[in-house]
Amino acid sequence: MSEQYIVPGDNDDYIDKNKAMYSLRLFVTGASPNSIRAIANTKKMCEDHLNGRYELEIIDIYQQPEMAELEQLLAVPMLMRRLPLPERRLIGDMSDLNKVLTGLEIKA
Amino acid sequence: MSKESKKVLANHVLLPKTPTGITGLDQITGGGIPKGRPTLICGDAGCGKTLISLEFIVRGAMEFNEPGVFMAFEEKAEELEMNVASLGFDLKKLQDEKKIRLDHVHIERSEIEETGEYDLDGLFIRLGYAIDSIGAKRVVLDTIENLFSGLANQTILRAELRRLFHWLKEKGVTAIITGERGDGKLTRQGLEEYVSDCVILLDHRIINQISTRRLRVVKYRGSIHGTNEYPFLIDQEGISVLPVTSLFLDKEVSEKRIPSGITALDQMMGGKGFYRGSSVLVSGTAGTGKTSIAAYFASEACSRGERCLYFAFEESPRQIIRNMTSINLDLQPYVDKGLLEFHAARPTMYGLEMHLVNIYKSIKKFKPSVVILDPITNLVTVGSVSEVKGMLIRLIDFLQEEQITVMFTALTLNTAVTEQTDEGVSSLVDAWLLVRDIEYNGERNRGMYIMKSRGMKHSNQVREFVITDNGLDLVDVYLGPDGVLTGSAREAEILKEQTSKVIKTNAVSRKDREISRKRKVLEAKIASLQTEFESVEEELNKVYIEEQLKDEIMAKTLSEITNIRRSKAEEQETQIRKKK
Repeated sequence: MSEQYIVPGDNDDYIDKNKAMYSLRLFVTGASPNSIRAIANTKKMCEDHLNGRYELEIIDIYQQPEMAELEQLLAVPMLMRRLPLPERRLIGDMSDLNKVLTGLEIKA
Repeated sequence: MSKESKKVLANHVLLPKTPTGITGLDQITGGGIPKGRPTLICGDAGCGKTLISLEFIVRGAMEFNEPGVFMAFEEKAEELEMNVASLGFDLKKLQDEKKIRLDHVHIERSEIEETGEYDLDGLFIRLGYAIDSIGAKRVVLDTIENLFSGLANQTILRAELRRLFHWLKEKGVTAIITGERGDGKLTRQGLEEYVSDCVILLDHRIINQISTRRLRVVKYRGSIHGTNEYPFLIDQEGISVLPVTSLFLDKEVSEKRIPSGITALDQMMGGKGFYRGSSVLVSGTAGTGKTSIAAYFASEACSRGERCLYFAFEESPRQIIRNMTSINLDLQPYVDKGLLEFHAARPTMYGLEMHLVNIYKSIKKFKPSVVILDPITNLVTVGSVSEVKGMLIRLIDFLQEEQITVMFTALTLNTAVTEQTDEGVSSLVDAWLLVRDIEYNGERNRGMYIMKSRGMKHSNQVREFVITDNGLDLVDVYLGPDGVLTGSAREAEILKEQTSKVIKTNAVSRKDREISRKRKVLEAKIASLQTEFESVEEELNKVYIEEQLKDEIMAKTLSEITNIRRSKAEEQETQIRKKK
């Protein structure tokens, strides 16, 4: 489904996502090994797959603990896709690139 | 629990405890759950885990000035607020006052993609932030097992949970963790291996269509605790746990005696009646006047100005009041004055525990000095004999602690051995009155015995228990040659005795009269003889006197004649001689 020409209206979302602006938020906890890996992995993923059409915000919840409740945080590191909607959440150090891309619906 | 027993515990236990504020639970655990440590509460769905832990938080905030964090993995904050509003807990207000903090943790597996190594620092920070923001001393995680359904990596999860409990301990908060009960394990995910200090198991059982919730302290490291299963209840005022028996048998006892309301009965017990704070069982077959005895006891207490609480399981209050007027006992004035209160409920209305709690609560509220349960027999319909016994033990325990005198009535069946009540409580009570039908001579009469009366001299006699228009009374039974006579046989015997007495006195008086009459006859005879004698005597005297008189006169005449003669003697003599 990725290679064929997409008829507008049939698979609108897919087209949108390929062109859409990605707004991402990565919640980490200080400089824990998981956090460091997650930051590196996410940055690399963004550069590779969302070149130029993403914004990434990295939040250290040690600094902003109120964010933890506000954003329903539980497991960290967590990558949140705020845009395009709907919101998606990925947890882990983002080492499994395939899962990250699927999760963010960047690549089917 | 009395202050004394608490002190005893405190001497033994160094473990600091946090009172939960839940009725009865602190009693079982000897002061609460371990301070600064996590406690696990586990049980099936719907057995009250959430409520018990929420009450822990709310009571902490309201009564012990210990703010608390409630982290809900299942219900949303608004749902919780609504659920406990019926218990009178205003969570919103408490949250505004920064006394408690509710945090709903939303976990949805479908929304989360796992992409490698992670930890639960998010939860830690969130919890830590919540604790710090209100200075919480208490924490509840309800139900943390939901994490297992939200996150796939069990290895990470288990390691993180271990870290979490450790972290909670370090934080110094007293925590309650709830968990669903699993097959053959206390919790589905084996949380008990992380929480090793105190484990409380909740259970919800339905026996004979009546459900009872139970609580058991499975484990409490470093502390004495009640090991039994304790029934507990959820009602309008939250959770109440009922210890089956208090851990100690060290109640105060009273030397004071209170009359039973039936003078003749008091006389059977040395003229003083029952001990205050004792328990009295009145048992008997149907229609032997158990309720009447109870009502008299109640009225007696009220007439002293004391309060009496009457639990009626068979009749409605109005019915009792009406029926008692037929034996000259008017309870209405006491009800009006607020000295007598009736609580009527069908036994089948709710389970035994609910009954017990109702009784507890009414007693706590009304503060009576006399309590009557009429009859306890019907409670068996909602529980097994041993359960009823357990309940009554607890009740007697509680009442003795409060120095309340209690009177139970119990129905015994004709076929059953009368020496034992169905409830098996006769060994528990201090005094036991047995009212029994004595069938004789084509009628049934009531006989009353005092089967036992601890700590006082009591009569071994059977008395006939009579219910008249004027009230209750005990009469000595008639011991005739044919054995014990009661009722009309007794009356007849008494009548017979009276008749013979009258006849006897009659006979005696007749004899007396006879004697007096005879005496009179005799006396009359004597009198007539006397008169006869007198007349004879007089006659004799007359003759004698006449004779005497005659003699005298003759003598006189003779002398006169002599004198005359003397003067004319010579001539006369001479004359005579001459004549001769």
